[in-house]
Amino acid sequence: MEDEEGVVKKFLYLNRKAPYGSIYALESLEVVLIGAAFEQDVSLAFIDDGVYQLKKGQQTSVSTGIGVKDFSKTYRALEGYDVEKLYVDKKSLEERGLSTNDLLVDVEVLDDAQMAELMEQQDVVLSF
Amino acid sequence: MLHTVNKSPFDKNSLESCLRFARQGHSILLFEDGIYGAVTGTRFETLILDALKSYNIYVLVPDLEARGMRTDNVIEGIKATDYAGFVDLVEKNQTVQAWL
Amino acid sequence: MNRYQLSINAPVVLTQTGASITVIIHFSFFKGEVHTMKFAVLVNEGPYQHQASDSAYQFTRAALEKGHEIFRVFFYHDGVNNASRLTVPPQDDRHIVNRWSELAKQHNLDLVVCIAAAQRRGMLDENEAKRHGKDANNIAEGFRISGLGQLIEAGIQSERLVVFGD
Repeated sequence: MEDEEGVVKKFLYLNRKAPYGSIYALESLEVVLIGAAFEQDVSLAFIDDGVYQLKKGQQTSVSTGIGVKDFSKTYRALEGYDVEKLYVDKKSLEERGLSTNDLLVDVEVLDDAQMAELMEQQDVVLSF
Repeated sequence: MLHTVNKSPFDKNSLESCLRFARQGHSILLFEDGIYGAVTGTRFETLILDALKSYNIYVLVPDLEARGMRTDNVIEGIKATDYAGFVDLVEKNQTVQAWL
Repeated sequence: MNRYQLSINAPVVLTQTGASITVIIHFSFFKGEVHTMKFAVLVNEGPYQHQASDSAYQFTRAALEKGHEIFRVFFYHDGVNNASRLTVPPQDDRHIVNRWSELAKQHNLDLVVCIAAAQRRGMLDENEAKRHGKDANNIAEGFRISGLGQLIEAGIQSERLVVFGD
């Protein structure tokens, strides 16, 4: 499903919301998965409560806990879709008492300046 | 880059996060409930006055007026604009980033 | 509203061998807005609950008035509910769904509703309803159901993508 003209744009998925309390985390991930087929230059940024989307140990299922499907392993499947650029905001992690050890995938932690630089390079920003 | 902020700074940290990552010369449009960040007399006024040193900040007047504010309630330095102006801002900036 | 300007260049050339005069007239039509851009719009919220759909509508209308092209308006998350044919809002306020349908008709807009998000929320066109054995369909005029790829394509093909959400 590659674009005929071979246009490759830089797409940034901006994730700032916690998982489960609303559908944004899950549905934005669905865009990433479908979008992967278009072979664009994709980055995912997790800022504010968005960092919680990557928290290890999410425990729920349709029949247990909150009765909602656990979609967290999908973040681990992203690599298989060639979506490997996952960036986490340093301040958001720290103010939540989290470190990369708490996360279920490998990410690159960026400070304000680095994240701003990443954002500056983007062509399309999808916010959810 | 054009940043859009549509939530009140009292409700969400969208404005604060936006200001953390906006760069010198970027434009920021406050619209919908985001207009509350544009008015004088709030605890965000200093933050905005400081931000004005680096960014071009706009407020969408129809959203301002709908909420009972007027352009003379707006922090000095913030530019008033409308939907046509919003379109112009999008046109003039390579990328638009929405802080929801 | 498109504004057109007529420009005429008429250089006059006199040849040596006679009194013939060659006049070249160039007619050029200019639209009022010189830079026409392709915009894509993403609407993440449903009608009335949030202002997103209203803001997106006002933005889209303003862009069209300035002579820009709206490549696609994509409805995601609860935004799919903007396509409901069954809304009966109070008569003295705006009819969000109809407004979109009318704008689409007037300007030949491509209003796309994400199939996955639509299925979750019970927004089905005739085909989808049949496919899933449902006894009704509810997509309004001017909207079509399609895949998320349409959003990515819109991002690729347009020059600007603007997101309206909560």
